[in-house]
Amino acid sequence: MQATVETKEAVVIKFAGDSGDGMQLTGSQFTNEIVLGGSDISTFPDFPAEIRAPQGTLAGVSGFQLHFGSREIYTPGDEYDVLVAMNAAALKVNIKRLKKGGILIANTSGFDSKNLRLAGYDKNPLQDEQLGNYTVYEMDVTRLTRECLEGLPLGTKEKDRSKNMFVLGFLFWMYNKTPDSTIRFLQEKFDKDPVVLEANIRSIQAGYNYGDTTETFTTRFAVAAANLEPGVYRNIMGNQATVLGLITASKKSGLPLFYGSYPITPASDILHMLARHKNFGVKTFQAEDEIAAICSAIGASFGGCLGVTGTSGPGMALKTEAMGLAVMLEIPLVIIDVQRGGPSTGLPTKTEQADLLQALYGRNSECPMPVVAASSPSDCFESVFEACRIAIQHMTPVIFLSDGYIANGSEPWKFPAAADIPEIKVTFARPNGQPFMPYQRDEKLSRPWAIPGTPGLEHRVGGLEKENITGNVSYDPDNHELMVKLREEKVQRIADYLPQQKIEIGPEKGKLLILGWGSTYGVIKSVVKDLYEQEGLPVAHVHLRYLKPFPTNLGRLLRNFEKVLIPEINNGQLIKVIRDQFLIPAIGYNRIRGVPITKTELKEKALEVLQS
Amino acid sequence: MNIPSAPATSLTTKDLKTDQDVRWCPGCGDYSILAQTHRTLPELGIPREKIVFISGIGCSSRFPYYTNTYGMHSIHGRATAIASGLKATRPDLSVWIITGDGDGLSIGGNHLIHLLRRNFDVNILLFNNQIYGLTKGQYSPTSEFKKLTKSTPYGSIDYPFNPVALALGADATFVARSMDVASKHLPEIIKRAHAHKGTSFVEIYQNCNIFNDGAFMVYTEKATQPDEALFLEHGKPLIFGANRDKGIRLNGFTPEVVNIQETGTSDLWIHDETDQVKAQILARFFDDPAKPNHLPRPFGVFYVQQRPTYEELLEEQIQSVTERLGEGDLDKLLRGKEVWEIK
Ligand SMILES: Cc1ncc(C[n+]2csc(CCOP(=O)(O)OP(=O)(O)O)c2C)c(N)n1
Ligand code: SF4
Repeated sequence: MQATVETKEAVVIKFAGDSGDGMQLTGSQFTNEIVLGGSDISTFPDFPAEIRAPQGTLAGVSGFQLHFGSREIYTPGDEYDVLVAMNAAALKVNIKRLKKGGILIANTSGFDSKNLRLAGYDKNPLQDEQLGNYTVYEMDVTRLTRECLEGLPLGTKEKDRSKNMFVLGFLFWMYNKTPDSTIRFLQEKFDKDPVVLEANIRSIQAGYNYGDTTETFTTRFAVAAANLEPGVYRNIMGNQATVLGLITASKKSGLPLFYGSYPITPASDILHMLARHKNFGVKTFQAEDEIAAICSAIGASFGGCLGVTGTSGPGMALKTEAMGLAVMLEIPLVIIDVQRGGPSTGLPTKTEQADLLQALYGRNSECPMPVVAASSPSDCFESVFEACRIAIQHMTPVIFLSDGYIANGSEPWKFPAAADIPEIKVTFARPNGQPFMPYQRDEKLSRPWAIPGTPGLEHRVGGLEKENITGNVSYDPDNHELMVKLREEKVQRIADYLPQQKIEIGPEKGKLLILGWGSTYGVIKSVVKDLYEQEGLPVAHVHLRYLKPFPTNLGRLLRNFEKVLIPEINNGQLIKVIRDQFLIPAIGYNRIRGVPITKTELKEKALEVLQS
Repeated sequence: MNIPSAPATSLTTKDLKTDQDVRWCPGCGDYSILAQTHRTLPELGIPREKIVFISGIGCSSRFPYYTNTYGMHSIHGRATAIASGLKATRPDLSVWIITGDGDGLSIGGNHLIHLLRRNFDVNILLFNNQIYGLTKGQYSPTSEFKKLTKSTPYGSIDYPFNPVALALGADATFVARSMDVASKHLPEIIKRAHAHKGTSFVEIYQNCNIFNDGAFMVYTEKATQPDEALFLEHGKPLIFGANRDKGIRLNGFTPEVVNIQETGTSDLWIHDETDQVKAQILARFFDDPAKPNHLPRPFGVFYVQQRPTYEELLEEQIQSVTERLGEGDLDKLLRGKEVWEIK
């Protein structure tokens, strides 16, 4: 029997299993095939902090959510159309968000008595009525995988590692995809291990054939290519885009890139990926701690490189004293903070936007630094490039904020041609016959960058207060006040060189403005699209990339709306700054659950504010 | 330190002075170290613009302000980390780290040991005054057991570090000790440190005449120095004493002082800078000089080892990867592995 093909506009799939089940790989490979078909996509990996949490437990469930469609996709989706549950724990953790009428694919061998007990089920939910609202496909993935691998010289444990490939193959069948890119990926990955390669490929094929030949499955789905802007696209994750942005800034400024870092989730991948790009002249340095990491980057910048350091919340806390030094030295430096749930060790693998106030204010004394935030995985590229540009052209350390959701999430990216990216002009100081004044400022209020090795410009800098212009140590009260004001003014003046803030969607004036920053971009955009474009309500979306200084037109923009709603994955941080600077009664919407805000909840809140 | 020997510069001691008033207490040992350094640098043949002094925080760390080269007075304990980033990216520079016993061994202890094991080609001058000077007299990680200070009114119960042993323990490739007033010895050690390719660790005994006056007097004063200080020379026997009549001999692994007039010199310990085991034993000549039958305190170069520097290895790796993969192409990088087109 030939299954019928049903066309879908958009689909949300969640792959969930034990941390050892390879769900992240399954998700990312499925993503690759989807994007190559031209659909728009947004992904959200969600994994536990423990490398191998006890098998079969709720704590050990790892998931990969993806939302793809033939229209523009802004979020990984609130509810799933399809849930793949490799064991009972995966079902328990995820069933709440499976749509009524959705498809559940359950690996029956993950529902044996041990798995049920570990997941806290009294009886097998697959045999229970509570799943009556869903279309349940039971598959004994473990047995089917073992069967298709019969004869291969592999142990049972090794064979079971291909279970995820069986499921993947089945989903390829279900969504009418051929596994070409996955097979290429596997060929490269298991280049030296032909037996494992064979096992993986066989499993994918078996999964695919299983869909094709078993008569239980009567429907297949097709999702057409999305109507994205014409052009050539690739798929990209946030940390990857950050890496590309840094390398591009290095090439475009002609400054060698130095990255000093200490491993920490979810920032480590930036270090891993940069370390692979040595042929771009990139120097990576795994320091002994975050303090050494930022200090080494300061040393590199002092020597005339593009010094960058990257970390997450706890590491950010350690770097603060050195950031103060960089502010005093007035040299370029980029500090990347891939935010995660806190405080302290907090929720290392979960997302949060709660380091904003730390970025803006978390240093001793008056210590102004520009802050730039990325709004989506691909936006990391431009945003971190901007951070580098500001650092170099305005002679200042800059904080770049990303977060766990952006860092690990992915989306299609219409990547630029290198030639179309503007140069970052760098001018090192040269002797001009006059005594060198290291703190003489230009019209941007930035000081000259005089690097060691330049004859005639020998000078000393340091953390002690500088005398204006000469840079000599000064304890003079009036000079200190002047310098404090100059450092602040220098950062504020960057706004004169920034683009004006745009309205993402919506009217220029109206009843409600939803103001966001960082990774809430997608969810706000999809809510405002509904409210404004479909329901005709007077709602607009403004999303900030520059958090310090703000674009000069922001105040005007905000005042054109009766109400301003600020959704954040924190306890209310941007809202404090907005209220402080613009004296408007902004309304907060704060969810701090370690996961992105959902469209449903935000839309509800927006409607409530509109009606109030 | 080994910077490709530049043509002898016309750099003079006078050129190295800055217009800043030196603000150390009158009589502070730091003056002497500054003077010896200014005297020695011109002899090294490094162009002034290639020299960078990086310091942390402490009295000693004001040093860069008084030296007319490139310099950075950074934050407490971190000069070593800053110098690492600078040297990694600018191997052409001659980088000098100025630190104190608090700066380098307390707050900056972690960075110090990691710098030593990585073996960046930089020089560390650790001014050890066995006290916190700048914060006005608390005990430091090198202060002796039971020391009375402002923060230890009943005596310190912190067991002190032995900086030379610590450096050897961290696999430093050049370890030496000198003292502030040794106007011949210190310049020699500075030159040796410069000549060494790799991290040079130089502990310098420095008198803080305000908070810890006379801490090293037995080693610096004419009357006591000959019997208390043992000057190490590569290939020479360990001999000391006012009449140069005392020597050191190894009895198994145990050093003992012998009277040369009685024993002769033939079985004396001959100093070998490349012998790591003996260097470790020498580092343990660390007795309280008040103790009866104590060993003299060694000064000079304890140990030298040749090992590739971090920045060399880094450059080599970049070169070999670039040869293998070709110079990075930005367009290819942006494009990634798989793309699709929307028409
Ligand atoms: C983060 C930080 N903590 C504490 C201090 C205060 N502090 C300045 S110097 C110093 C100790 C200096 O001792 P040492 O390194 O032995 O140098 P000395 O002043 O004796 O030359 C301390 C604790 C500081 N500047 N920064
Ligand atoms: S306090 Fe001690 S170390 Fe500091 S300047 Fe005075 S004498 Fe020198």
